[in-house]
Amino acid sequence: MVENHRWLDVLAHLTLILGVLIVAFPVYIAFVASTHEPSAFVSGLIPLLPGDNLVPSYTDVLKGGTSAQMSVPISTMLGNSLIMALSIAVGKIVISILSAFAIVYFRFPFRQAAFWVIFLTLMLPVEVRIVPTFKVVSELGMLNSYVGLTVPLIASATATFLFRQVFLTIPEELMEAARIDGAGPLKFFWDVLLPMSRTNVAALFVILFIYGWNQYIWPILVTTDSGYYTIVAGIKRMADVVDSEPLWNFIMATSVLALLPPVVVVIAMQRLFVKGLVETEK
Amino acid sequence: MQTKRTIFKNRGLPYLLLFPQLAVTLVFFIWPAAQAVRQSFLREDAFGLKTSFVGLANYRQLFNTPEYLNSLHVTLVFSVSTAALALVTSLLLALSLDRMIRSARIYTALLVWPYAVAPAIAGVLWWFIFNPTIGVLPYVLAALGYDWNHALDKSDAMVLVVVAAAWKQISYNFLFFVAGLQSIPASMREAAAIDGAGPVKRFFTITLPLLSPTTFFLLVVNVVYTMFDTFAVIDATTEGGPAQATMILVYKVYRDGFIGLNLGSSAAQSVVLMGIVIALTIVQFRFVERRVTY
Repeated sequence: MVENHRWLDVLAHLTLILGVLIVAFPVYIAFVASTHEPSAFVSGLIPLLPGDNLVPSYTDVLKGGTSAQMSVPISTMLGNSLIMALSIAVGKIVISILSAFAIVYFRFPFRQAAFWVIFLTLMLPVEVRIVPTFKVVSELGMLNSYVGLTVPLIASATATFLFRQVFLTIPEELMEAARIDGAGPLKFFWDVLLPMSRTNVAALFVILFIYGWNQYIWPILVTTDSGYYTIVAGIKRMADVVDSEPLWNFIMATSVLALLPPVVVVIAMQRLFVKGLVETEK
Repeated sequence: MQTKRTIFKNRGLPYLLLFPQLAVTLVFFIWPAAQAVRQSFLREDAFGLKTSFVGLANYRQLFNTPEYLNSLHVTLVFSVSTAALALVTSLLLALSLDRMIRSARIYTALLVWPYAVAPAIAGVLWWFIFNPTIGVLPYVLAALGYDWNHALDKSDAMVLVVVAAAWKQISYNFLFFVAGLQSIPASMREAAAIDGAGPVKRFFTITLPLLSPTTFFLLVVNVVYTMFDTFAVIDATTEGGPAQATMILVYKVYRDGFIGLNLGSSAAQSVVLMGIVIALTIVQFRFVERRVTY
């Protein structure tokens, strides 16, 4: 630091601690609520310290079937979310890395056109064209299936641009050497490009896993069969109850379970996460 | 377009490699978008039996309905408030972190995780905290003499969605501000300090101007976030109410299309939104090409 201001250091620590508390506050409240019995919410104010109903709350939501609102076991939803997040992340990476390879290492008619078609997807978030996209998926008979849940979200301009950028920085000599040694395009891709972009793939995977896991409106529209519900989309159906009080401890236990996997991924792979975040925006 | 000097000569292979990406893009992106454009020039009668070409009538009607103009206004208020709240909070946190040496890693870890929380879950969490009958904050507010009820009061509802949306965006802005601050050479601040500039003066004359590329970039990203990704926040909390007080544009497209079944109007709204996204994307890209000069 430039000069020593004791009070500025104290102020900075206070700001950061306050920030950490504000950021953690909603999740703390949700966790506390999930550890109480439903009767704890009748009194008018939610408790601020954990109760002793932790294990029953979580086993009840994971098994499901305790009441009409909780008919679908959360473990099923967690499984569906995992399938969806993994398929979207892997699918996006595979089709993007292949198309970036084609665009950088080949010259062919309509290359520019293909590039622009991919670029357009960047401009059309699913929320904006939701009605016609839903129509296409339903006409293809893809409602209530994992294919309908994942494939329409799999095209990715960002990932294609990222891999294009990575490939452009790979030295020409590698390609020349590979060709002299008699390697075809697929061998070069598999043995040189893929190992060289390993960390980029990993960083991107972290970001895309979170993206896939957190999808909301698309699963709500595409799945009406409760066997395909994902956890993030399922919470809303649980909280929307007519006539009776929502079962707060179950809703909050489900919320905690829904946010835990991606949060753990971010914390455990913080360096890859930051790398992925910065790269996908450049 | 930049490319390699040496290339592979295969003819069919590049098309094969591009096929999956292009197929998905055409079927699920370009085709529906084209349908939206086409639908926006058509109108169905009340029974869905007859569809006729009506030219720009859907658009003209759109900009003459008070609900749509209200939605434009709501979106503007929501976007500006959320972006401002998220940017100022994260800048304060990033400035504080910039002074830390040993504890920086721990603070960063404790501040970035909300990025991973789904907007829908963020909405549910704040909706619970602000719940008028059992929530924590209405209880505190009642003690201060304020009667909170976002189900009835329009500005209460707006505050709720702004807080929930900004909470989720802080970690993202924070990471980019930290990176931006680290790229400012220490020698500049040292020189200013030697010339007698205090911390506050240094912030406004050196740090803030040098941070302007990051701030501008984040502003665009935040506007895009508030306009499109906050759909789930709205749906999980207020559903656009009360009395359309939180009916942002992207939520209205969905309501009018799926619940109101007004396909022509919904399609016209989609097209307007696509126009906005395209404009924002171009701004963002031009900026990435050549950073804001100072």
